[in-house]
Amino acid sequence: MSKITIPLGPQHPALKEPENFMLVLEGEQISGATVNLGYNHRGMEKAAEERTYIQNLYLIERVCGICSHSHTTCYITNVEEIAKAETPKRALAIRALFGELERVHSHLLWLGVAAYEMGFETLFMYTWRDREQVLDCLEMLSGNRVHYSINTIGGVRRDISAEQKAEVLKRIAYLEERTKYYVKIGTEESTILARTQNVGKLPYDVAIQRGAVGPTARASGVARDVRKDEPYLIYNELDFKVITHDTCDVFGRLVVRVLELVESYKMIKQILNGLPEGPIAVKVPMRLPAGEAVNHYEAPRGEDIHYLKANGTDKPDRVKVRAPTMANLQSVAYMMEGGWLADAPLVIAAIDPCMSCTDRAAVWDPKKGKTTVYGWEELRKMGIEHYKRRGVDFSRL
Amino acid sequence: MKHPARIFKEAIMHLFKKPATCGYPFEKAKVMPNFRGRIDFDSSKCIGCQMCVRVCPAKAIEIKLSAEQPPAPAPVEGQPAAPVKKKFDCIMKLDRCVYCWQCAETCPKKALIMTQDFELAHVDRKELRRHYK
Ligand code: SF4
Ligand code: SF4
Repeated sequence: MSKITIPLGPQHPALKEPENFMLVLEGEQISGATVNLGYNHRGMEKAAEERTYIQNLYLIERVCGICSHSHTTCYITNVEEIAKAETPKRALAIRALFGELERVHSHLLWLGVAAYEMGFETLFMYTWRDREQVLDCLEMLSGNRVHYSINTIGGVRRDISAEQKAEVLKRIAYLEERTKYYVKIGTEESTILARTQNVGKLPYDVAIQRGAVGPTARASGVARDVRKDEPYLIYNELDFKVITHDTCDVFGRLVVRVLELVESYKMIKQILNGLPEGPIAVKVPMRLPAGEAVNHYEAPRGEDIHYLKANGTDKPDRVKVRAPTMANLQSVAYMMEGGWLADAPLVIAAIDPCMSCTDRAAVWDPKKGKTTVYGWEELRKMGIEHYKRRGVDFSRL
Repeated sequence: MKHPARIFKEAIMHLFKKPATCGYPFEKAKVMPNFRGRIDFDSSKCIGCQMCVRVCPAKAIEIKLSAEQPPAPAPVEGQPAAPVKKKFDCIMKLDRCVYCWQCAETCPKKALIMTQDFELAHVDRKELRRHYK
């Protein structure tokens, strides 16, 4: 059969975000896929160099609308590491609480989106209605539904009162009930099973080879979670399980996310009931000493990595963000190959992509006035040379 | 175990429930007590230190000397003339503001007032540039 190449996107191929997939089709079957990015490049890393550390908090928060807390927490951990600030325990606990509330709202959002892509709009309506509960919790605690801005350098901006704690626990109890129902729906409803089982396969070794992260990797049986592997904030004191699944398909990703909701509820209750007493913030000078820091954070979509270089002024020298979707996109191309065209939106949505997080690399030469896109081989060569100059040899890898 | 139309019962039950949404704009929308809304300005407290301007991430706020300054207090016999408190205006660009409240938290004199105002959409762009006197 002759092959044709069709573009999927950039006008929202799955979620309402621009990215482009070139699909090579044989009949209705996909035999190859390439991912093209760059429609959403906003120059955030450069903009961050022009702003002070405190202003950057609000900029970095806007890297992504759904994991806004993940990005700021990762960034601020770098800032505090360079400033050698002793963040109070209570502030760390509140950050962890927000991290988990954010995971709940992100996973419920994903469940809705996935249901929508399957054509199961009843479930979409229910999950998004229930998601309002956690958004209300976030608004009550921080003052905003999406950009909570709870972090400040040296701690958090708002404390949690006893009434707020009771209210959050009440809403979480309701969500726990609902999630039990979603677990049942997700594993028994034949519409969901028919649409998700054996769709978008990503075997264990391919997930490792392509560097999948977060629920995408965990649904392929890779037990990788920064919260367990290298606990940050107060995660070493919390009791939770890393959820994995071995079906390696969209169904597995659904199960992993829904069961992670249950783990998150457990953690929220633990944090709220054991909130350490004390101050919520310490003072940190505006100027940071020169230094570098790298930190990672388990965002709802996977491992988020931030790099920060300080040069002794009140503005950073360099900020680099590696969002989880970037790591997962390589797997998407693999997952689509061999599948059906009609499944493509669902497969793309199953990694919970966030393109505005991801678009960050374009090389523009101001002298020649032209833009260059580097291929994989070139980037690899440049990376090896860069590290060789610093005394690390990666050429044998 | 497969179960066709598992959600059917739930869907039927929902027919008899009240809507989960509120009827805004016909009904008043509820916001949480600490919701971060528009920033208001109290000119009598402002000392013109410009700290809010420097900290604002969105360059949304400007503090300027007012066109009309209060008259100098009448000098009291035998005492050095009291320093005149200058009056400042605040220009707030609501289309730039990201409602983070960092300015209000930074202000040493609490001259910026945090409100729960959120109905700020306008058809005329000029209206978004508020001049607080
Ligand atoms: S609320 Fe934030 S963005 Fe708005 S004026 Fe104040 S500091 Fe600037
Ligand atoms: S509003 Fe506050 S921070 Fe801004 S200039 Fe006046 S006193 Fe200073």
